[in-house]
Amino acid sequence: MADRRLEAPGRFTGFSPLNFALLVGLGAVVLASMGKVAPSPQQLADGVPGMVNLVGRMLPPNTEPAFLARIGLRILETFQIALVGAAIGIVLSLPIAWCAARGVSPLGRGNVVVKAFVSFLRTVPDLVWALIFVASIGLGAVAGTMTIMVDTIGFCGRFFAEAMEDAEKEPQEALSAIGAGRGSILVGAILPDIMPSLINSSLFALEKAVRSSVVLGLVGAGGIGQELKVAFDLFQYRNASMIILAIFAIVLLMELCTDKLRARIQ
Amino acid sequence: MLDLVTDRPCATEPSLAQTGPLIAARGLCKSYDRRRMILDGVDLEIAAGERVALIGSNGSGKSTLLKSLIGLHPISGGTLHCFGDPVDARGSRKQRLAMRRQTGFVFQKHCLVRRRTVLSNVIHGLFGDAGSWRAFSHALAPPEWRDRAMQALAEVDLADKALERADALSGGQQQRVAIARALVRRPRLLIADEPAASLDPVSGRNVMELFTQLCRDHGITLLYTSHDMAHAVDYADRIVALKGGRVLFDRPAAQVTRADLKDTFDG
Repeated sequence: MADRRLEAPGRFTGFSPLNFALLVGLGAVVLASMGKVAPSPQQLADGVPGMVNLVGRMLPPNTEPAFLARIGLRILETFQIALVGAAIGIVLSLPIAWCAARGVSPLGRGNVVVKAFVSFLRTVPDLVWALIFVASIGLGAVAGTMTIMVDTIGFCGRFFAEAMEDAEKEPQEALSAIGAGRGSILVGAILPDIMPSLINSSLFALEKAVRSSVVLGLVGAGGIGQELKVAFDLFQYRNASMIILAIFAIVLLMELCTDKLRARIQ
Repeated sequence: MLDLVTDRPCATEPSLAQTGPLIAARGLCKSYDRRRMILDGVDLEIAAGERVALIGSNGSGKSTLLKSLIGLHPISGGTLHCFGDPVDARGSRKQRLAMRRQTGFVFQKHCLVRRRTVLSNVIHGLFGDAGSWRAFSHALAPPEWRDRAMQALAEVDLADKALERADALSGGQQQRVAIARALVRRPRLLIADEPAASLDPVSGRNVMELFTQLCRDHGITLLYTSHDMAHAVDYADRIVALKGGRVLFDRPAAQVTRADLKDTFDG
């Protein structure tokens, strides 16, 4: 007779009836939603000729020198919006993250209020911020810069605060033991320890800012997006394809640069 | 050997009111959970210039006592005076920081900021002084601070490593940097929590000799904990043994017997 102790355990020992019911429920929700909003095979088949027609009208991309010069200036403006917005956002994120970080914050338990504020900034999508700033400041690049700034604070505020919470505790205790105040502990022990993480998050924020800044023009907040919207509105599809290629180039270039910088830091 | 204390008057000269013991604890109690007492009525007095070793098995309350003395852990009961001023939870933060600025603290794990240079780590010992944000880095520090830090590094024989990253040094060298950081402010009291515990026997002995030599040269009062009885007997004037949060004995190092040590460490 076989020894029962040597028998392999059941295959689904960690799978409770409750887990099974939840999984079935989730599957049902996905299937029901697909019936409402997912494209049907018929719709996909009908859309193909339209797509082929649109791509045909986009080719070849417009390479007229005057148009390229105008696009170049818009690309530069887009990059400036991303760079300035991200730079201001990163600088402002540091004190905000300090106030939000648990166990480090000079506000003590008041840190949850700052954390909630940062969550709010992050939760509202960047296009909504752009609409708010266009309505309050007016059309143009300044609204775009403000949008990127707020978006960056929402992103960096969270990651900077988490890095500060995870910083090595021993050097902080050592400085505290010799009478250093909270500000001194921040600059003396916490910031040097988390510097690679800060730079990494900042580079991601810059990458994100470049990607965001290209679409902000769709709602009038400056940059290359504004040209893209005009091109589609006026059915200038060859212009639109050139703008899409330019956007692809600037985002790719930024990702290559930040990847290289990140590799150097590590 | 370069002198850390004679080139400038000490910023923390004792006031007339501070002519008594440097540290005076009476019935000191500490509990983290209000149930188990880590310190249970500790009486301890340390006079200026003394070298005192605190011994005891793990969990006897040595580290808690050291941290309570400088207000890092608020005491739960009893009275504590450090440099003539009361230290308790009701004291202002400003008062606690002022008291800590007269103290150097060396931890078992040197607690350096790994990514900074040795020189910057030593200058960090000046955080808390006026304009202390300049202690962030040796590049920002005033020339006088840089000179003091270099003197402190020369005292621990590491002046040639000033611009190396802290984590590039050996364990013994890092502990010497921690000593330089503790001494750069010219403290009146140096507290060390098992300073040689993470080092090999030779490095540990070198660090203890350096410690006691520098304290003797500069008239700094030394209070340290150790698990190594040779370190306690050879380098202290007085040995205080803790057991279960209470003082088991407190007598000159020369009078401590094997039986005393057995009592201290036997369960």
